[in-house]
Amino acid sequence: MSKTLTIADRELRAYFATPVATVFIVIFLVLQGAMTFNLGQFFDRGQADLNPFFTFIPWVFLLLIPAITMRLWAEERRLGTIELLLTLPITQGQAVLGKFLAAWAFCAIALLLTFPFVIAVNILGSPDNGVIASGYLGCLLVAGAFLSVGAAMSAVTRNQVIAFVLAVAICFLFAVASNPIVNDFLSANIPALGEFTRRIAVTDRFTNFTRGVIALRDLIYFATFIGFFLFLNTVLVDQRKAD
Amino acid sequence: MVTTRLGAASDQLASIEIEGLTKRFGAFTAVDNVSFKVRKGEVLGFLGPNGAGKSTTMRMLAGFMIPTAGTAHIEGHDVQTDSVAARRVLGYLPEGAPTYPEMSVEGFLRFCARVRGFSGSELTDRVDHALGLTTLQGVRLQAVETLSKGFKRRVGLAQALLHDPAVLVLDEPTDGMDPNQKHQVRKLIRSMAPDKAIIISTHILEEVDAVCTRAIVLSAGRIVADATPQELAGWHPSGELDEVFRALTMEGEAE
Repeated sequence: MSKTLTIADRELRAYFATPVATVFIVIFLVLQGAMTFNLGQFFDRGQADLNPFFTFIPWVFLLLIPAITMRLWAEERRLGTIELLLTLPITQGQAVLGKFLAAWAFCAIALLLTFPFVIAVNILGSPDNGVIASGYLGCLLVAGAFLSVGAAMSAVTRNQVIAFVLAVAICFLFAVASNPIVNDFLSANIPALGEFTRRIAVTDRFTNFTRGVIALRDLIYFATFIGFFLFLNTVLVDQRKAD
Repeated sequence: MVTTRLGAASDQLASIEIEGLTKRFGAFTAVDNVSFKVRKGEVLGFLGPNGAGKSTTMRMLAGFMIPTAGTAHIEGHDVQTDSVAARRVLGYLPEGAPTYPEMSVEGFLRFCARVRGFSGSELTDRVDHALGLTTLQGVRLQAVETLSKGFKRRVGLAQALLHDPAVLVLDEPTDGMDPNQKHQVRKLIRSMAPDKAIIISTHILEEVDAVCTRAIVLSAGRIVADATPQELAGWHPSGELDEVFRALTMEGEAE
């Protein structure tokens, strides 16, 4: 585990050594602020909760998280450091997990910086802070799920643009799978498939968290989701490392 | 044409054992059924024209590239099935000496040492020792991306020496260095030779004379010669290594 953390530590420092971290965090906060206040009508609703904030966050993540992950393996390939990293005495799984944890910790930092929203609703009214905490946990899990997809896509190709587009496309599928537009059509025509897409969708699970419901099956869902894509990532790195 | 050189050390267990190693990329065979052993105390010079399969062989030996066929062992550990154990006793300098550009020299070496399981004062000692061996103390706090080519190569070399490995595989360790730096690195390799098994790849023939106890010439993925540099030079009436090299590798290309 300490080797995994050493890799995660280096990776996380690398985000802050380049403008990537600043640009990401600034854009994330600006987008999230604009969505919450304008589209979400934070003030006009007259309710002290963070629902407008949580409604938009998966969509902001959908766009921004693949931008973090696209460089994860592609950059190592471009620099040739993948050969250095994978000839150190670590397993490929440790390298994959280390990189994923660093990206996840980075997202957690970005999420932490949204604390003024929490302070604002607490000044304006008396929100249920338990619901807010559970919403934030949901955000972190959605971020983890999208990160695991993006990281795997970064291992598929050495082209960062392709990695980005693939990651957005796959995350989008998981985001809209439970949307009524998709789901009603599928349920009407192929009922079994409709049921399936609703179960694999990220958004419905996330909504449970924003309502303050932390269900074991949702936690298992996210753990399985992330675990699957990390496993896929390990296999892809193993197969394509020397390409 | 292949001469195997076993000598007095034949009863000693080989540090590096390569058996029938083959790598194909589609229809192209980069490395074709290469077998050899390297024992402790030997410095094997890996020679061959560009594209002869030197780096590919080294990558397979380091466990980075999966061979199409054949096996490689480092200190008895199979690089495919027991790869972490094999890599623990291996110091590897990949082609082009890749490093993380934004890290400082010391930061990079500390990272490698930590991944290799060192901590505390031992980690500091190891890093200091490696910096000393490669004379990098003067630039320890500088970012790797600001260094010249020769310095970058030495950072890669320092990384390979951190853990005092029993086996060293160095892909073009002196490439991009000035004559003084080359001299220093060759001296360093010679001084480490008695208790390590070392493979270096190069296309500088004088380097083979200067540091290697044995040379393998690869051409089109096959071993075309395996002898001491002196024996090799004797294969041509002129006694010149580059004449022998040309004769051997032109043959391979003509095939």
